[in-house]
Amino acid sequence: MRMSDFVVRESISPELTAATKEGVIREMVENLRVAGYFKGGEQDDIVKAILKREQLGSTGIGRGVAIPHTKHASVDRLIGTIGISRTGVSFESLDGEPVNVFVLLVSPQDRPSDHLRALENVSRCLRDDTFVKSLRHATTREAIWTLLDDQS
Amino acid sequence: MSGEPIRYTLTIANPQGLHMRPIAALVEAASRFQSSVTILKDGQPPANGKSVMSLLGLAAEKGTQITFEIHGPDAGDALKAVVDAIERTCEE
Repeated sequence: MRMSDFVVRESISPELTAATKEGVIREMVENLRVAGYFKGGEQDDIVKAILKREQLGSTGIGRGVAIPHTKHASVDRLIGTIGISRTGVSFESLDGEPVNVFVLLVSPQDRPSDHLRALENVSRCLRDDTFVKSLRHATTREAIWTLLDDQS
Repeated sequence: MSGEPIRYTLTIANPQGLHMRPIAALVEAASRFQSSVTILKDGQPPANGKSVMSLLGLAAEKGTQITFEIHGPDAGDALKAVVDAIERTCEE
């Protein structure tokens, strides 16, 4: 599995504008909607579900990375989007540092192994300092897509 | 640190597998101790029990066996805490 297998290309944002945790989650879910996912009402529902999950414990896992996620019946396969914040956003991360690389995942209700594999894949990429550095320096959607698609 | 590490194997019972929430609880528990906490799963490089990023690499589904290898002066207490953290978050 590569990140390009589940990240929706048209939803990638090289420059998130939101400056708060909730704002970033809303913006990224909106980016998925614009790319053709979710019907009316579902979008709000998904944002609420992701925020509820964050209340159990932040998905800001340190090193400037967060992986907000939820399960939702509106998707029939796992989808994700990626967003970069130039300024960094306070996300109540485990290490207390602001986050500038976000990977947001929405999975179907009944596919826990796909979710685990996506987390494995995302963590493998983001442990690679060169990859993260390239991601932070990428300024266009296509540049980010190429990085995701080139990983082994 | 001296002596042999403590080893303990358990089978993941959570239907969702070892997802991010139990991993965060495990890391929080492991980080309270001086001992090193390593988690082994067949076919994967050893994971650092004090790093969420590292543990996400395990992708341990329900039914998977994982082995804790804990080394240090407070290894016994650390093992108890990390196993408890996984069991506590089992249904989340």
